[in-house]
Amino acid sequence: MGTQSHLLTVITFLPLLSVAALLLLRSDDHVWIRRIALAASLAEFVVSLLLLPGFSAATAKYQFQEYHGWIGDAIHYHLGVDGISLFLVLLTTFLTPLAILCSWESIRENVKGFFIALLVIETAMIGVFVSLDLFLFFVFWELTLIPMYFMIGMWGHERRIYAAVKFILYTMFGSILMLVAILWLYGRAGTFDLPEIQGMLQSGQIAFSPRTEMLMFLAFFLAFAIKVPLFPLHTWLPDAHTEAPTAGSVILAGVMLKLGTYGILRFCLPLFPASAHRAAPTIAVLAIIGIVYGALVATVQHDLKRLVAYTSVSHLGFVVLGIFAFNTISIQGAIYQMLNHGVSTGALFLGVGMLYDRRHTHEIKEYGGLATPMPVLMSFFLFIALSSLALPPLNGFVGEFLILIGTFQNHHAWASWATSGAVLSAIYLLWAYQRVALGEVTVEKNKTLADASTRERVILATMALAIIFMGVASPLFTRRMEVSTNAMLEQMKDQMGAAQEASRPAALPCLSPAQRAAVIQTQAPGQPALATVPERQVAP
Amino acid sequence: MMAALIALHSEQLMNLHRLAPEVVLCFFGILIMAVDPFIRASGKRVLGWMALIGALTALASVHILVHYPGTAYSNLIRVDSFSVFVHVIILVAAVLAILGSLDYLDREGIQRGEYYALVLFAVAGMGILAGANELVTAFIGLEMSSISSYVLVGFRRRALASNEASMKYFLLGSFATAFFLYGIAMVYGVTGTTRIDAVQSALEQIVAGQGRLPALAILGLALIFVGLGFKVVVAPFQVYAPDVYEGAPTPVTALLASAPKAATFALMLRIFYIAFGSAGNLWFWAIWVSAVLTMFIGNLAALVQTNVKRMLAYSSIAHAGYILVAFAAFSEAGAAAVLFYLAAYVLMKVGAFLVVAHAGQQGEKRLAIQDYAGLGSKQPLLAACFSLFLLSLLGLPATGGFLGKFFAFQAALEGRDRWLVLLVVIAAINSVIGAYYYLRVIVVMYFQAGSKDYTPSPVAPAVAVALFIAAAGTLYLGILPAPILNFAKAAAASLSLR
Repeated sequence: MGTQSHLLTVITFLPLLSVAALLLLRSDDHVWIRRIALAASLAEFVVSLLLLPGFSAATAKYQFQEYHGWIGDAIHYHLGVDGISLFLVLLTTFLTPLAILCSWESIRENVKGFFIALLVIETAMIGVFVSLDLFLFFVFWELTLIPMYFMIGMWGHERRIYAAVKFILYTMFGSILMLVAILWLYGRAGTFDLPEIQGMLQSGQIAFSPRTEMLMFLAFFLAFAIKVPLFPLHTWLPDAHTEAPTAGSVILAGVMLKLGTYGILRFCLPLFPASAHRAAPTIAVLAIIGIVYGALVATVQHDLKRLVAYTSVSHLGFVVLGIFAFNTISIQGAIYQMLNHGVSTGALFLGVGMLYDRRHTHEIKEYGGLATPMPVLMSFFLFIALSSLALPPLNGFVGEFLILIGTFQNHHAWASWATSGAVLSAIYLLWAYQRVALGEVTVEKNKTLADASTRERVILATMALAIIFMGVASPLFTRRMEVSTNAMLEQMKDQMGAAQEASRPAALPCLSPAQRAAVIQTQAPGQPALATVPERQVAP
Repeated sequence: MMAALIALHSEQLMNLHRLAPEVVLCFFGILIMAVDPFIRASGKRVLGWMALIGALTALASVHILVHYPGTAYSNLIRVDSFSVFVHVIILVAAVLAILGSLDYLDREGIQRGEYYALVLFAVAGMGILAGANELVTAFIGLEMSSISSYVLVGFRRRALASNEASMKYFLLGSFATAFFLYGIAMVYGVTGTTRIDAVQSALEQIVAGQGRLPALAILGLALIFVGLGFKVVVAPFQVYAPDVYEGAPTPVTALLASAPKAATFALMLRIFYIAFGSAGNLWFWAIWVSAVLTMFIGNLAALVQTNVKRMLAYSSIAHAGYILVAFAAFSEAGAAAVLFYLAAYVLMKVGAFLVVAHAGQQGEKRLAIQDYAGLGSKQPLLAACFSLFLLSLLGLPATGGFLGKFFAFQAALEGRDRWLVLLVVIAAINSVIGAYYYLRVIVVMYFQAGSKDYTPSPVAPAVAVALFIAAAGTLYLGILPAPILNFAKAAAASLSLR
C-alpha cells in the first residue's frame, strides 16, 4: 500500500481524544469544558486542512491510505479519501466548531455530556467518510446514531423523546439490512475491503445474478435512502430536526444527511451499477416528488424550524436526482450541493437557533418585523436564505445549476420537473423571511430583542464567507472531484461490461471451469444475463 | 516409590487433571459447607469470599486443562480447546455472580453458606456439561447444575415470587431432564452406546447402510432437544423462564441466564454437530423453526414489559434465538460464532442483571422501568454501565454483542442456503425490534427526571468490580475481538466436525 500517512487516523480520532480530556474536567466547570471543546474542534479543522496540500486532483485513487490488519484476515482498518469524500470530511470539521459556538450559552444542563456527544459524533461521521472497509464503515455508521440519539433526547425540545426514538429506529432498520447485504457480499468476495471488492467486480471475478444484485442494491439503498431521506422515508426528519437542539440540527442537516448520499455514491453505484441503472428511473421519480413535495410542505409550515427541516427534503432530492442522472456534471453538482446544503441549511438552523434563544419559540406568527430591532441578524438571515434558494453567484446556485444541467443532458423531463423545485424554494424562503423580518413589529416582546452578539456575528460571518467563497471559487472544489467522479462512472460502465461478458461463459476463455460454473450458477435460469441498459441512460 | 508415583500420575492423576476445575469447585463447595456451622451469622460473608477464591482458583486451574488435552475416565470426559473455552465462560460468569451476591445477600438478609456452596456445585455441574463426551455423564452434569439451581432460585424464601419460581422451575425442570434421559435411552437403543463419538460413527454406519436414520434415533434426538432446549430457553420451551428469572434472587438470575446457557449450548453442539452430524438436514429444521419462534417470542414479549428484570428475561430468550441462527449454520464457523456469542452474551447479561440487582434496592422493590428515571444523573457511572450492556444486547458496533451477532450472521450466510439467508433477515429485523425496548430503558434513565425524594444506595465495591470487569470485557470483545475469536475458532476446530 506504499508509504502510509497517519493523517486520516489523526483527523478521525482527534475529537475522541479531546473527549478524554473533557472527561478529566469537573462537570460543573462549564467555562473550561466549552473552551476545550472549541479549541479541540478548531484544532481538528486546522489539521483536516492539511489534507488539501497533499491531495492530488490528478488521480482517482484513494489517497492518504492507511491499512492495518484488525480482525482475522478479512477485516482491516483501511482508511483513505478521494475526490468524493475529501470535502465532506472538511465540511464536518468546518461545521463542528460552529455547532459548539452556537451551543455556548443555549446549553446549560449537563454541558460536559453535550460536548462529548458532539465530539463523538464528529469522530463517527469522519470515520464514515474515510472508511474503505465495509466492516469499519458499518461500525462508524452505527456509532453516529447513539450520540445523536442522546443529543436529541436529552437537550431537545418538547417532543424530544418521540423524535429521538423515531430517528434511531428508522435508521437502525435501514442499516441492519445493509449489514446483511455486507455479510452476503463478504460471503462472495471473502473480504470486507472496498477497493478489493471493487477490483473483483470489475474483473468479473465475482458476479451476481440480476436478482441478487438488485436485492443487495436495495438493502444498501434502503439504509442510505432513509438517511438522506428520500421521499416516502423522510418522516423521521422533520421531527428529529425540529426537536433537536440547534447544534444537533446543524450537524444532522449539515453532515448526517450526507452520510446517506455519500453512501449511495461510494457503495450503491460502484458495487451494483446495473441495478443502480435499472432502479434509476424509479429513484429519480421519488427524488423529484421529494423536491416538489418537500418544497410545498415547507411553504405551509407555521413552525420556522420545521420549515427549514422540510427544505432539506427538497434539497436532498436534488442531490439524489443528480447522482442517478449518471453524468459527470450532475454527480459533481450533487457532491457540491451536498456541501452547499451543509453550509446553507446549517446556517439557516443556526439563525433559527439564535431566534429561539431569544424567544423560545419557533412559531412564525410570534415573530414579524424583526428587521427593525435586529438588523444585523436579519440581514445575515436573508443572505443565507438567498444562498439556500440558489441565487447566483452564491454557492447554492452552482450546485443546483450543475445538477440541472447534467440531468438535462440525459433526461429532459427529470430536469424540467426538478426546476419547479428551484422556483418553489424562492417562494417558501422569501415568504418566510417576509413574515419573520419585514413589516411592523407585531409582538410587543420583539421590540426589545437584542441584535446579534459578537459570538453570533462571528458564527454568521463565517458562514457568509463560506457561502460567498463556495459561490465564486467553485472550480477549486469541482477540480478535485472531477477525476474521482469520472473514474467512478467509467468503472461502472466497465463493470457492467464485465458482468455482461461474464454472463456469456463462452466469451471468457480465461476463466477456469470452476469459475465459469460459478458464474453460470449465479444466473437465474431463463432470465437474460443482465438487464441491458437503455442507451440513453448511460453517461456520455 | 517414584515408579508408583509416576504410575499414579499417568492414570488417576491425569484423570483428575482433566477434571481440575470441577475438583476445585467441589472442594471449595464442601469446604464452605463444613466451615459454615462454625461461623457466626453476622460473619457469613467470609464464606462468600471463600467461594470467590474457589471460583477464581477453578478459573486458574483451567490452565491445567490446557496442558492436558485428551480424554479422562475411559472417554467420559473430553478435554479440548472447546471445553476449555466453555469452562472459561462459565467460570467468569460464576466469579461475576458471586461478586454480585456478596452485598445482595447482606441487603436481603439471606447471607448463608449454602448459597455459595450451591453456586459452586451448580457451576461444577456446568463444567461437566462442557466437557462431557458421554451422554449419561452429561446427564449427571445437567442434574448437578439443575438441582442446585432449583434451590438457588427459591433462596429468597420469604418472597412469594421466589418460592413460586423455585417450584415452577423444579417441576418443569424435572420434566425436561426426564425428556433428556429418555432421549439418551433411545439413542442407546439404536446405537448401543452413549459415547458421543461412538454414537456418531454408529449413526453414520446406519445411514450409510439404510440410507436414513431409524425413527427411534430421530425420536431420541427430538427428546434430547426438548430437554436441552428447556435449559437454553428456546421456544417452544421458554414459557417458564420469565417467571423463574423474575422470581429468583437477581444475582442467581444473572448466573442462571448466562452460565447454564453456555454449558448447555456447548453440549448441544457436541450432540447435534458431532453425534447427530449425519442427521444435519433433519435437525436443521427443528433449529430453524425454533430460532424464528424464539426470536419473535422473546422480542415481542419484551416490548410490552414494564418490569426491567422481566424484560431482560425475555431478552435472554431472544438472544438464545440469535445463537440458534449461528447454530443452524452447521459448520465450524457456526460453532465458533456460537462460542463467541456466548462469551459476549455472558458478560453483557451478567452485567445487566447485576445492575438490576443493585438498582432493585432492598426487597427488590424498584424493578419497574419507571423506577430507573433519573438514574443517569443520580448514579452516572452505574447508568453508563447499564447503557453499555443494553447497547451491547441491542447489538451496537464497538460492543461484544454486535460482533456476536455479526459473526453469527456471517456464519449463517456462508452456507449460501436461502433458508439461512431468510433466517438471518428475520434475525436482523428482530434485532431492530429489540432496539426499541433496550432504548426505552435508556430513555427513562437519561431523558426523564427521577423523583427527588429517592436517593439510591451507593454501589458496593464488589459489585463495582464485577460491573467494571463485565463492561471492560464487553468493550474489549467489541473492539479487539481477534484473540477471543481465534480462541473460539480453535475451540470449534477441536470439535473436529466431519
